[in-house]
Amino acid sequence: MSHHVTRRTAMALGGAALVAGVAGITPAHASEIDERISEFTGGAEAQSGRISIDAPEIAENGNTVPIGITVDSPMTDDDFVEAVIVLAAGNPRPGVATFHFSPASGEAAAKTRMRLAKTQDIVAVARMSDGSFYRENRTVKVTIGGCGG
Amino acid sequence: MRTRRTGKGGTRAGIVVAAAMCSMGVLLVGSYVSAEQVNRLTIEDLTIETRVAAPEGHPLGSELISGWEFRTPETQVLQQDDFQNPAFLWVEQAEEAWETEEGAAGKSCASCHGDASESMAGVRAQMPKWNAAAGRPMTMEQHINACRTDRMEAEAWKWESDAMLGMTAYLGLQSRGLPVAVQTDGPMADWIARGKELYYSRVGQLDMACANCHEGYYGQYIRADRLSQGHTNGFPTYRLKWQKLGSLHRRFSGCMKQVRAVPYKRGSEEFVALEAYLASRGGGLSVETPAVRQ
Amino acid sequence: MAKSKPRVKVPKKAAKGDLITIKTLISHKMESGQRKDKEGNPIPRSIINKFTCDFNGQVVFACDIEPAISANPFFEFSVRVEESGTFKFTWVDDDGSVYEKTADIAVQ
Repeated sequence: MSHHVTRRTAMALGGAALVAGVAGITPAHASEIDERISEFTGGAEAQSGRISIDAPEIAENGNTVPIGITVDSPMTDDDFVEAVIVLAAGNPRPGVATFHFSPASGEAAAKTRMRLAKTQDIVAVARMSDGSFYRENRTVKVTIGGCGG
Repeated sequence: MRTRRTGKGGTRAGIVVAAAMCSMGVLLVGSYVSAEQVNRLTIEDLTIETRVAAPEGHPLGSELISGWEFRTPETQVLQQDDFQNPAFLWVEQAEEAWETEEGAAGKSCASCHGDASESMAGVRAQMPKWNAAAGRPMTMEQHINACRTDRMEAEAWKWESDAMLGMTAYLGLQSRGLPVAVQTDGPMADWIARGKELYYSRVGQLDMACANCHEGYYGQYIRADRLSQGHTNGFPTYRLKWQKLGSLHRRFSGCMKQVRAVPYKRGSEEFVALEAYLASRGGGLSVETPAVRQ
Repeated sequence: MAKSKPRVKVPKKAAKGDLITIKTLISHKMESGQRKDKEGNPIPRSIINKFTCDFNGQVVFACDIEPAISANPFFEFSVRVEESGTFKFTWVDDDGSVYEKTADIAVQ
């Protein structure tokens, strides 16, 4: 390679490396994530809203990505969030975690750290005590490779 | 071959490095913009100096900047809370090991050294430290193993074992917030000179030296990663990539593999010399052990 | 690490009706079952698959865990406390091991 590398050449090489970096990881099939959601909802329709997903826009390393889920709810004995399933659409398997709350939770909020194989959508579905469901998506960019030793 | 760069201009060395990096699919984009400090590293009321003025004529210019400053807020926050910092899982085990008798001599660390928070305060900040009996500088790992084999008559720990990582983290923690202050004169001078030579020597198929990234391009991106000044004040460090605690020599080894060189061994004279030079280069920065990095 | 060790952070005191934050961490490699060893053989899955937080014998928070949770699993969640008592935290390993930890809280 010449010492005079154009931006375009560099971009092309970088792009090729990125593609090579993620090849070999088979993302979860769309059907598997749909199955997991319908298993969770029992086929009921999920509305949008009420959930917020707190995750970095760009994860510094895909092995440890902080994520927080908060669902807007009074969390009283007759109106609370029962459970929230978190799924990662682009991982080899979509399952991440299912949080189970109770009125004693006080608020429907939980944080953990997850693995993301590549840039993808995080999907969260909440089941309320009245049997309704809410759903939210959020994209997290994961930069593959770099140096990092 | 030594390659020195004093400025950030497009020197010939810089162009060669850029070409080498592109050949491995590396992009250097963005620029270092964090001139003014936004966050401060405070851990349980302890403020840690992550930016200190460099001595005059320092190859990094006017300021020494801890690796913490180069990380995203999500990574930074993990180090600001000892509970969220997973390295403390290892630290807690080491705290127990400190009190546990082991080996034929029937001693624990505490049998000789008592309370670690007193006896070990400031020790990490001086590593690697000259050992007159051995006639060489010794790292924290080597000091621990010398104690284990000679005084406790116990088996030496492997460099990258959980036990060793935990103990170096636990002992390092006793110096947290203290400035790195390695001896640079006397018998250490030769070792530091040797480490400096390694730092500026190009190695591997990509023909790159430590300086090419960490002196010439810190603050910029090498594809996904933002290059730091390559200081050692946070080791052993919990890395998100490793998902565990890891030693400084593991990190050296990783860098060497990235430039497609054959790494020296952990604990080798080369790595000890490099560690000594880097400690002198980052002198004055606070010990952050155990830090959290990407 | 060979033996999984949990850490929990629970306030020692709270006022009745306070919303408290609980943090938990446990050492575990969380082998996902997706990786291969040097010979190309799949490394079997070995994870913590369930985390539960009880307060005075009642489950207040739980989590079903899948292999996409990072090594050394961390959880942070809230509990509204109305009385003094004991939190019991339980982690269940794929290999059948159960790790437990308790923490007391005084509620005024």
